Amino acid sequence: MRKKLIGIAGGFALALSSSTSVLAQELTIFWAEWDPANYLQELVNEYEAETGVQVTVETTPWSDFQTKTFTELNAKGSAYDMVVGDSQWIGAASEAGHYVDMTEFFQKHNLTEVMAPATVKYYAEYPSDSGKYWSIPAEGDAVGWSYRKDWFEDPKEMEAFKAKYGYDLAPPATWAQMRDIAEFFHRPDEKRYGIAIYTDNSYDGLVMGVENAIFSYGGELGDYATYKVDGIINSEQNIKAVEMYRELYGFTPPGWAKTFFVENNQAITENLAAMSMNYFAFFPALVNEASNPNAAGTGFFANPAGPDGHQFAALGGQGISVISYSENKEESMKFLEWFIKDDVQKRWAELGGYTASAKVLESEEFQNATPYNKAFYETMFKVKDFWATPEYAELLIQMNQRLYPYITGGEGTAKDALDALAGDWNATFKKYNRVQ
Amino acid sequence: MATAVLTTLDPRSRAASRGMSDIAIRNLFIIPTIVFLIVFNIFPLLYSLGYSFTDFRASSSAPANFVGLQNYRDLLADPFIWNNFTITAKYVIVSVVGQVVVGFGVALLLNRDIPFKGLLTTLLLLPMMLSMAVVGLFWKLLYDPSFGIINYAFGLGTFEWLSNPDMALYAVALTDIWMWSPFVMLLSLAGLSAVPKHLYEAAAIDRAGSLYTFFRITLPLVAPILMIAIIFRTMEAFKTFDLAYILTSQPTTEVISIRLYKMAFQEWQTGMSCALAYIVLIMVLAITNIYVKYLNKVKER
Repeated sequence: MRKKLIGIAGGFALALSSSTSVLAQELTIFWAEWDPANYLQELVNEYEAETGVQVTVETTPWSDFQTKTFTELNAKGSAYDMVVGDSQWIGAASEAGHYVDMTEFFQKHNLTEVMAPATVKYYAEYPSDSGKYWSIPAEGDAVGWSYRKDWFEDPKEMEAFKAKYGYDLAPPATWAQMRDIAEFFHRPDEKRYGIAIYTDNSYDGLVMGVENAIFSYGGELGDYATYKVDGIINSEQNIKAVEMYRELYGFTPPGWAKTFFVENNQAITENLAAMSMNYFAFFPALVNEASNPNAAGTGFFANPAGPDGHQFAALGGQGISVISYSENKEESMKFLEWFIKDDVQKRWAELGGYTASAKVLESEEFQNATPYNKAFYETMFKVKDFWATPEYAELLIQMNQRLYPYITGGEGTAKDALDALAGDWNATFKKYNRVQ
Repeated sequence: MATAVLTTLDPRSRAASRGMSDIAIRNLFIIPTIVFLIVFNIFPLLYSLGYSFTDFRASSSAPANFVGLQNYRDLLADPFIWNNFTITAKYVIVSVVGQVVVGFGVALLLNRDIPFKGLLTTLLLLPMMLSMAVVGLFWKLLYDPSFGIINYAFGLGTFEWLSNPDMALYAVALTDIWMWSPFVMLLSLAGLSAVPKHLYEAAAIDRAGSLYTFFRITLPLVAPILMIAIIFRTMEAFKTFDLAYILTSQPTTEVISIRLYKMAFQEWQTGMSCALAYIVLIMVLAITNIYVKYLNKVKER
């Protein structure tokens, strides 16, 4: 009996020792399920070929990416070594000690210069302007627009548009023009509609969409340094911007009340809408004939300017962070050193990833590689983002609760909704002692 | 009494030959279950009760502070939470009434000699065997205003089932009725087949009308089992999450468990969400208790 036990224990010990030695050669990166994650897997396969370290990109659908990540982090789990986390998570993840401090790594590799400034500010630094960094900008992203070039360039349409609105039909330079064009193409009898916008309120879809209007109208969500929101989130500009978003909702296809990136690309591929809002990360699918039968007739433009000439876009994209509970932190750092190399960043862009490397972004080669890369480059230097405080999720849900009924249901007014939101946010900041 | 139920161990059995008593065998079977229940049910229940009096957040490393009844006070004073409860109540009423009417109706139709009765019953039971998430996903397609088959079949044009804030909750309830009416039907059918035939014969001799027979014989005799179906369905409808979450994101369909999920796993307000979970638990217990009292009354008759 004793011999048997010793045998079993020995077997276990052998299995454990051999499995840990294998583990050191394996790294797991957690990300959401979308095309860029597949591109990243292709990229890291090259790392394996170079070093022998196997890197796996594990994914989960967007809708539970946040929940799954934080469940793992809060449980101090070591299942993932790195996470390509959303920009607004930095506050929550750094204050709770989930992310490894990357400030030294940043300084050593001079990343504030190497990466585009907006990506450093929003994906890596927390608190704002503190000089403390928590992630390496990995997938730059922002909201842009695709449009039906073939519809826009149809001579009959151009003539009719000019007769009705008094100016030429072209990709809109302002939100007011975008509204006119949406109205012009909105023809429910022909099953053609004006515009596709984000309306999904289960995570940050609707809020991102509205942010595009707010930022370009010259508005802000609040003062990120002092947490002041009164008179900022409910400013005149923001009221006008939200009213404009509500107006655009009137020109969307039927049933457009829980839509995000999938539906908005479908609006173009299924001949539903003339213009469609989406992250640049989803544009590769639109120039691909296999996934978009209208690929030849699809064009792109950057988020238009507001009435006073301001032009900004809502930031998407993520930085890559090392998880504090990982058993392979050193190996992860080595991987990141490889990842930030110029030639790797260039390769990342070639595979379809949106590099944040300033050098690659500025290169002619990158800007001419696709029909939307130039718009992407321009946009990445004028992006703004949501709050990154640890309680951002509450702020997000409150914004959804206040705006969604007005935008999709026409309940109340934009002013009422934003005033109420200012009240909610004030109460939340008070609760967490951000303001007195 | 207990000893009358417990049979003693057969002295020739292997367990007895190893010197185990019947009490030991009984404990061997019961103790693991009890331990399992305590570890996975009772302990978390009490632990979360403790958390409900704190400002604990599972997402932060900050220690939990005792806040007394503050969470309960905040929740019960929050108009959004009351709105969630109103939506849940509306959903429970529409969905359970619908299931009872449809389920009991179909059971009455099936409770006679018809060809292929067994096959028909089995086919009718299919919806409740599907996964909630799958049902949600394909009803979303059925309801689609552009290509959904429901609008096409009924000639409703581009009627917006799920994007219309006034309609969305009914659309979710309709899906729930489709899915769970078979459950009510199954229990009703069991109740109906247990009604003694001679009662109907006696009623026929007395020339009682069909309505009279239904209200004086059928319904009272099926009532207890129907009540059990209603209790189960009410509890389930009160806790509903999957269907509403998948089908639509209208604020008018945000039932209490969706709010609870967001509070616990998106906002990570662990203390507050424990308090809300307790409020929901107390409500479900109270409603079930009322039903059980009524059930006992029905049984006494």
